[in-house]
Amino acid sequence: MRQIIDFFVRNKNFILFLTLFSFSLIMIFSNSSYHNSLVLNSTNSISAKVYNSSNSITSYFNLRNENNELLKENTILKEIIFNSKSNYDSLKYNVFDSKIIKNSYSFNNNYLTIDKGLNDSINDDMGVVSNKGVVGITDRVSKSYSRVISILNTKLNLNAKLKKSNHFGVLNWDGMNYTSIQLKDLPKQSPVSIGDTIVTGGNSFIFPEGILIGEVSSYKLDETQNYIEIEVDLFNDMTDLKNVYIIKNNHLEELKELNE
Amino acid sequence: MNKLTSNIFTAIFLIITQVIIFNNINLFGYLNPFVYIVFVIYYPIKSDRIFFIFISFLMGLVIDVFSDTLGLHAAASVTIAYLRPIFLKISFGQAYIHQVIKFKNIDLKDKLIYISLLSIVHHLVLFSLEIFNFSKTLFVIEKSFMSSIFTITACILFSYLFKTNER
Repeated sequence: MRQIIDFFVRNKNFILFLTLFSFSLIMIFSNSSYHNSLVLNSTNSISAKVYNSSNSITSYFNLRNENNELLKENTILKEIIFNSKSNYDSLKYNVFDSKIIKNSYSFNNNYLTIDKGLNDSINDDMGVVSNKGVVGITDRVSKSYSRVISILNTKLNLNAKLKKSNHFGVLNWDGMNYTSIQLKDLPKQSPVSIGDTIVTGGNSFIFPEGILIGEVSSYKLDETQNYIEIEVDLFNDMTDLKNVYIIKNNHLEELKELNE
Repeated sequence: MNKLTSNIFTAIFLIITQVIIFNNINLFGYLNPFVYIVFVIYYPIKSDRIFFIFISFLMGLVIDVFSDTLGLHAAASVTIAYLRPIFLKISFGQAYIHQVIKFKNIDLKDKLIYISLLSIVHHLVLFSLEIFNFSKTLFVIEKSFMSSIFTITACILFSYLFKTNER
């Protein structure tokens, strides 16, 4: 007994190190939402406040460019409104505007933080887009902030298709270059050529069909020789994002019930 | 100001600068210096090791919470905190064994070796856990060394900035 206690006392540093190290390994490799559910991500009150206040300063730096972008988008939207005759009583999608207060793209699994949360009727699994294309999907929501899985995250799979045909595949980032993303499992017979536009597919409940993602920069057959693998250049500059829109699918509950 | 409060202030200052400034540098798109390890580098040598290992873990965890990389920085900084005596022995030799070193008056060459060892080990642990893929070993090593260069430069500059209250 004495010897056991002696052993622990002699190696107390090593034991503490081992405990803490394995504790962090558990945190890294457990995908269950149990650990990092509430406090331990950037939407908690302290870190969100820090990012918010730093953002309130840095957001002035880019004001002119942001304004121009928004103005351009507004004109396009006005055009669409004037040309459409649909009524707005039963909208399938609601759109909320939001600002990014924390962005990252240097890791393998990147997350963004935005300044809208439960109080603004944001929930998890809602699509986030910018005026140029898809940004990500919300995954954790606190009272007034939410965390967004960026499309530059190796864990995120998105349904995407060619704009000119209905062949679809799975969009997933390989973690190497933040300007391009990979579209896999596209059937061999689909008519791909360099410069084609890739948009979101209709198979997703999160994004409406046809939101821009990027254009084909190169493609090849994969190892099975049955599917095409495409390198997609993103339209979005993921390093320079500020204003984003959150898309809420009002038919989500119904669609989920249908699929159960 | 007593030692504990000044340590706490340094820690808070490092965390804030790390998450607001240094996490957003993104040189060449993927290089960020991790300056917060200055805390581990310059933590008083004669202090209680148990407490030091634990506080380094907490430091990493806070950085993790801010940058949504749960566990990565915690694992890396607890590793260098635990291994620090070995690095001290390698870089300062006799002076460390006789307990006479002060960070204030060591020459730049020894300091450079010490900081480089610490930051390279930290980055290797961090990036291999982050990427966690044997087929990308070369990429991990490249990323660690490139970021280390950046971190070492920043740490040296930082240490001159705090020349007055260096312990």
